[in-house]
Amino acid sequence: MNASKQGVSSLISRTYKHGFVTPIESDTLPPGLNEDVIRTISSKKGEPDFMTQWRLQAYRHWLTMKEPRWSHVHYPGIDYQAISYFSSPKAGKARPKSLDEVDPALLETYNKLGIPLEEQELLAGVAVDAVFDSVSVATTFKEKLAELGIIFCSFSEAVKNHPDLIQRYLGSVVPPGDNFFASLNSAVFSDGSFVYVPPGVHCPMELSTYFRINASSTGQFERTLIIADKNAYVSYLEGCTAPMRDENQLHAAVVELIALDGAEIKYSTVQNWYPGDELGRGGIYNFVTKRGDCRGNRSKISWTQVETGSVITWKYPSCILRGDHSVGEFYSVALTNNLQQADTGTKMIHIGKETRSTIISKGISAGHGQNAYRGLVKMLGSADNARNYTQCDSLLIGDRCGAHTFPYIEVKNASARAEHEATTSKISDEQLFYLRQRGISEEDAVSMIVNGFCKSVFKELPMEFAVEAQKLLAVSLEGAIG
Amino acid sequence: MLSIENLHGGIEDKGILHGIDLAIEAGTVHAIMGPNGSGKSTLAHILAGHPGYTVTAGRIRYDGSDLLALSVEERARAGLFLAFQYPLEIPGVSNINLLKTALNARRRAQGEEELDALEFIELVESRMALVNMEQELLYRSVNEGFSGGEKKRNEVLQMAVLEPRLAILDETDSGLDIDALKTVAEGVNQLRSPERAFLLITHYQRLLEYIRPDHVHILHGGRIVRSGDYTLAIELEKHGYSAIEAEFQHGQHHA
Repeated sequence: MNASKQGVSSLISRTYKHGFVTPIESDTLPPGLNEDVIRTISSKKGEPDFMTQWRLQAYRHWLTMKEPRWSHVHYPGIDYQAISYFSSPKAGKARPKSLDEVDPALLETYNKLGIPLEEQELLAGVAVDAVFDSVSVATTFKEKLAELGIIFCSFSEAVKNHPDLIQRYLGSVVPPGDNFFASLNSAVFSDGSFVYVPPGVHCPMELSTYFRINASSTGQFERTLIIADKNAYVSYLEGCTAPMRDENQLHAAVVELIALDGAEIKYSTVQNWYPGDELGRGGIYNFVTKRGDCRGNRSKISWTQVETGSVITWKYPSCILRGDHSVGEFYSVALTNNLQQADTGTKMIHIGKETRSTIISKGISAGHGQNAYRGLVKMLGSADNARNYTQCDSLLIGDRCGAHTFPYIEVKNASARAEHEATTSKISDEQLFYLRQRGISEEDAVSMIVNGFCKSVFKELPMEFAVEAQKLLAVSLEGAIG
Repeated sequence: MLSIENLHGGIEDKGILHGIDLAIEAGTVHAIMGPNGSGKSTLAHILAGHPGYTVTAGRIRYDGSDLLALSVEERARAGLFLAFQYPLEIPGVSNINLLKTALNARRRAQGEEELDALEFIELVESRMALVNMEQELLYRSVNEGFSGGEKKRNEVLQMAVLEPRLAILDETDSGLDIDALKTVAEGVNQLRSPERAFLLITHYQRLLEYIRPDHVHILHGGRIVRSGDYTLAIELEKHGYSAIEAEFQHGQHHA
């Protein structure tokens, strides 16, 4: 047993592969936050007045709010005045029209991450809106999408080119005063992605954005807005990695999804931000608000997430099932190792009749990792025959980690049904011995068991993402037995 | 192929084996019989390298090398296979995935090419016939929801695919009805070859009616107290372990 423990701890102490910094000059605002900073951000981005006012209102509201402390995570207080709220690569004012115009150092960064844009264009058939720090620097496949009337661009471009859509939908799912971090984001958001799929259009490719935090001590405030008009379909992939850092970095993104009648949005995330070192130093704080609104009848929103990074993860991708017969899904794998903490889950708010929701949550804790599932299933009086199925499984690796489940169920309609199942299990020494006796290394045995545990979530991911997710899990877990 | 000399060991601090000597030649089938608590399973686990068991004295040579210096997976890749008394369930991992991963791990270790999907499927299908197994079980999670008989047949299937040099069957007969026992025994018999040795660990003589051993050893109190041919198993069936125990204790008093 001792031999096995040693083997395992040497595996645990594996370092983060994606830790590096690309030396690019950044146009960065000094730290601090006030109305002038917000006006500066807005004017640097050339925004119309409505946008500036929207930001200022959010900021004024934020000043009246307190940082929430109810989640099952612990961290030192954040000094919001010590954060710089804007940073953009200085490489020229005009956006590059092709990869040739992109800063070679940037391309090198992507290559180190194993996501070369050239190859993605050719092989994956994925249109990429790559976010480097806060400003989008490369977008592909735009013309192809434009032929179908699909808008896929950076948020800043959308503000300039499609102000009508922005005014109509921005903040309509996550209002500027929704919560502390969403308000902060609304005031200072830097950039992000915008997608609009017109009525009846089935987006023919997976849309993908790779987020990446690079400039030192720059908070990352992404804003994503995706609208699927009537009977439209879109699948969106979000994936991230980040370079090594000495200080904690705050990330407070907001994602809003809107599905009109008969529309479907599938949103998949593989999140691999720097989790901090063995002592949790330097990891990313990931405080994200993600919400989808099934605004139309028979609409569907599906969230799939694989969370392996960040030192603290605090996110609850949610669905508001407003339309009759609308469907919400949440599939999640959250892994915590070393001193990582995750408090994640979902909210399914059933308003329409015959609405259905499914929640499959797989939490994996290793090392001193703490993993909490927090979920709310709320069925209003109007939600006749609403149905929910929740399955919440925790897998413990070792005996110093923890798993916590906080399910909240509120049902106000007698015809509605909610089911909840929960299990907690451990990777047993006997299972490992069994697989090793078949010639499989301990490392491979652990990742085999974990991948088996996550199977029902991985099968919801697009193929190329599923492969990446399995690799990520294997890397994050290597030797996590003790 | 395998030689055990003066082996002492047990679970953590508890000594269970008190000096085992045993030599197994390629091409032979040995059976170890003994009452509960005599150390049968401990011997199997120590041979396979279970991390919960410790060896306090003695040595084990396997194909000329020091078996105790090898990790669990190294022993497996060197052709040592343990059919478990209680095969483990691995939810979400398909049987075929386990077979393929295990086979390729062994082939890599031996410097052989990994099998491609087609070759692999052909191999597995030919082996499944040996244990009369439904194709459908290949795609189910390892042992999850399998009946007792299916689990044991699955162990023999893994053995047939991995083609070990030394196969240890730890109470493979326990919990099997007579039909399942015959199927399992037939599978094992077809795998007998001049290069391969078997060590059958069993409480009952019944299994040995179907897999006829060349040598039978009786384990008692952590030592092999008698060795003989198949007739020893028959004798044991007739008189029971208590007679052997009495004889052994008697012998000891006079030693």
